[in-house]
Amino acid sequence: MSLWEYANPTRFMRLTDRVLPYVTVLTVICLLTGLTWGFFFTPDDYKQGSTVKIIFIHVPSAMMAINIWVMMLVASLVWLVRRHHVSALAARAAAPIGVTMTLIALFTGAIWGEPMWGTYWAWDPRLTAFMILFVFYLGYIALWSAIEDQDTAADLTSVLCMVGSVFALLSRYAVNFWNQGLHQGASLSMDAEQHVDNTYYLPLLVSIAGFVLLFLTLVLLRTRAEIRSRRISALIAQERLR
Amino acid sequence: MIALLRRDMALTFRMGGGFGLSLAFFLIVVMFVPFGIGAESSTLSIIAPGVLWIGALLACLLSLDRIFQLDFEDGSLDLLATSPLPLEGVVAMKALAHWLTTGLPLTLAAPFFGFLLHLPQGAYLWTFLSLLAGTPALSFLGAFGAAITVGLKRGGLLLSLLVLPLYIPTLIFGAQTVTMIAKGQNNTTAFLILAAISLFTLAIVPFSAAMALRINLR
Repeated sequence: MSLWEYANPTRFMRLTDRVLPYVTVLTVICLLTGLTWGFFFTPDDYKQGSTVKIIFIHVPSAMMAINIWVMMLVASLVWLVRRHHVSALAARAAAPIGVTMTLIALFTGAIWGEPMWGTYWAWDPRLTAFMILFVFYLGYIALWSAIEDQDTAADLTSVLCMVGSVFALLSRYAVNFWNQGLHQGASLSMDAEQHVDNTYYLPLLVSIAGFVLLFLTLVLLRTRAEIRSRRISALIAQERLR
Repeated sequence: MIALLRRDMALTFRMGGGFGLSLAFFLIVVMFVPFGIGAESSTLSIIAPGVLWIGALLACLLSLDRIFQLDFEDGSLDLLATSPLPLEGVVAMKALAHWLTTGLPLTLAAPFFGFLLHLPQGAYLWTFLSLLAGTPALSFLGAFGAAITVGLKRGGLLLSLLVLPLYIPTLIFGAQTVTMIAKGQNNTTAFLILAAISLFTLAIVPFSAAMALRINLR
């Protein structure tokens, strides 16, 4: 019994069919707890007032935006090396979620930035890096939709994802060189000295767990939909041949 | 390999419309900047390095789809793929031919276009040097984008969407190299990183582009 057995679409469908309800319920619980706790049961910050509470959406979505790209990279590599279709489809399913998370992070950041920095947008390295990530997502999604043959599309998007990752990372450090920033450093760290205060930290962790689970739910749902649509097109092709 | 390089160069020179086009485009972009921003020389000289870099980058983008498209359509790309020459070598030579016919002329022209934008004294040499170091990366990354989109019918717009984000690091360090010297700062770091990005691109792109070509020729 190994992980790779779930690369078989039928097994994957059977497993996710069983797991999905639990994941969905957990997502709802975590998100509700984290956000309610964060919004209503934490004190206002002494300097930022209640605007600080947007952190419970901003930080998790920003984290997910980056991690979803990493997940796509891993899935692409698995597809290139082991040719498991589920992997390619999962990467495809994750991309629109990633782009949405990037947008959420950018928009909540803008809403937060206006009262704090006095501007919705600044050409700060972190903000710019997110804009760049957004463009990389767009290119990836556009390439998927532009190619008709599914296997070719999976191959080419995987290659693009690999090269794109290298250059996205390069851009992320290039913008540090290019402009000085307003954005604070890491909000999260294992080291208690560095991260935000515990009153915010704990609900933040719950929200992050909620966002991770939300991503898991959505990506499983979307992958299942992709598998089904692939099966339907195979069936249609079969009917035509008859 | 040399034969392939000469063939590609000859094709670009003789086909017409390919060689001078990017230079003309570059000139028009540079000409449009004062129209859009106003002709005060103090403003222009501040933005001149960035405009020259962005202009060169866009001009480079114009001719990218020619790298593989025509050979793909008439089947010579299949012949090249089955020839003893490795596909990585084909990619490298085609990207080099693109650089020699697009990147190099743009590099040579950029200091002269710098006059039009009142580029600060002393930045001319660095405009030339930074473009000389940076444009190979533009051509090679473009070859990668062209290799990915070669089989597509309406690949032109998609090619730009895929390639432009990859240009960001090159653009940042290229423009910084010139801007810093124009401001009188030391630009060695920026220039060295630019050169490093260029060399790195030259090293990895032939392999990834050849991979994409193999998928497209399957």
